[in-house]
Amino acid sequence: MAKRTQSHTDELQVVKVNINGVDYVRGVEPRLLLVHFIRDIAELTGTHVGCETSNCGACTVILNGRSVKSCSMFAVQANGAKIQTIEGLAKNGELHPIQNAFWENHGLQCGFCTPGMIMQAYWFLKENPNPSDDEIRMGLVGNLCRCTGYQNIIKSVKAASKEMRG
Amino acid sequence: MVPRKFEYFAPTSLKDATALLKKYGSDAKLLAGGMSLIPVMKLRLGSPQYIVDLNRIPGLEYVKTVGGNILIGALTRHYAIETSKVAREKAPILCETARWIGDPQVRNMGTIGGSLSHCDPSGDWGAAIVALRGSVKLKGPSKDRTVKIDDFLVDTFTSALKDNEILTEVSVPVPPPRSGGAYMKLERRSGDFATVAVAVQLSLDAKGTCSYAGIGLTALGSKNLRASKAEAALMGRQLTTQVIEEASDAAAEDAQPMPDPLRGSAEYKKEMAKVYTKRGLDLAVKRAKRGK
Repeated sequence: MAKRTQSHTDELQVVKVNINGVDYVRGVEPRLLLVHFIRDIAELTGTHVGCETSNCGACTVILNGRSVKSCSMFAVQANGAKIQTIEGLAKNGELHPIQNAFWENHGLQCGFCTPGMIMQAYWFLKENPNPSDDEIRMGLVGNLCRCTGYQNIIKSVKAASKEMRG
Repeated sequence: MVPRKFEYFAPTSLKDATALLKKYGSDAKLLAGGMSLIPVMKLRLGSPQYIVDLNRIPGLEYVKTVGGNILIGALTRHYAIETSKVAREKAPILCETARWIGDPQVRNMGTIGGSLSHCDPSGDWGAAIVALRGSVKLKGPSKDRTVKIDDFLVDTFTSALKDNEILTEVSVPVPPPRSGGAYMKLERRSGDFATVAVAVQLSLDAKGTCSYAGIGLTALGSKNLRASKAEAALMGRQLTTQVIEEASDAAAEDAQPMPDPLRGSAEYKKEMAKVYTKRGLDLAVKRAKRGK
């Protein structure tokens, strides 16, 4: 990488995103990561920062319909985007079927990985509404849990898929 | 982890993007999916002064056939290739390779153009495109050029891209009938970089003689290498167990692995190159025989 010779502008760039139906507009440094926009500016702290190296998936959100790791993109990249986070799943005080399935099947212990697990499951079940256990494992391979041993997470997603198919 | 400061541009045309590259030269970096570049910036292994984000440029995400070629737009996400009907019908090795990259979230963002331009010897796409004898289209400020994949991949993290060029398209010839491919990857755990991986693409003629052989290697050298000796061992021959074993031995000779403290010694990697080439060839032969 070439040596940096110039000083850098501190100019902020305006980012406008819609998170769970609400618009947020803020001038930010281009280096601000999306996850920090979500947590510190939108104050939606359900999205977690785990490893910060795109391994653990705790920061997973839905960006324009695709699950992404929000620690591995800049907020400026999301300008104009529609984002869904864990806070957007429950409707009128009713848990989303995936949230409910995690509750019913003990799909969490400490809960740190849970928002990422659920958001990834949310995207995955849209792509594959009737998955096998193996397919669920491959669908959640980018999300790490250090408590449950995964069995109950798989069970939860399976139960949610049944519930959602009706 | 906070990257160093940079200036951010989001051009909406290739023309504007190349103009920015012309202006800032090697101080600028192109941002595609960012699945390698952003971690590099967060770890401060690299700190470009100017980021040129390509994602606002329309028309760079597609998988289609034109004439005898499959054309893939540089910004096509791995997941789009994994699930592409065109790729599945014409060259399923593309779908199989995509599926082995990172994890679903990474595949939702990461792009084939970004991956190839990054030139990581552990990258998966390089091997597959080598096996298919593909090429890449590079857009410069005044003219475009097409470069064969073997010439595009120069060395570790070094491609043939000039500072003012943008990779816009990947092209691979549609394999003829009676073709089969396979991407075989050994990894320590799901989603890891390859310990070794081998991409194999074969075609058989009506008599079952091998009429095309392409073998690309991942994590077995300073870049995605072509296993030339292994290809030569297959061409024009009936692919018997013995011939496949000869070719697999040859692939281990073609491999030039560096010892990797995390993923195994050079000796181990060579041995695995042999094993995975054999498995890849067995599967590709089976698929070629099934292919119409």
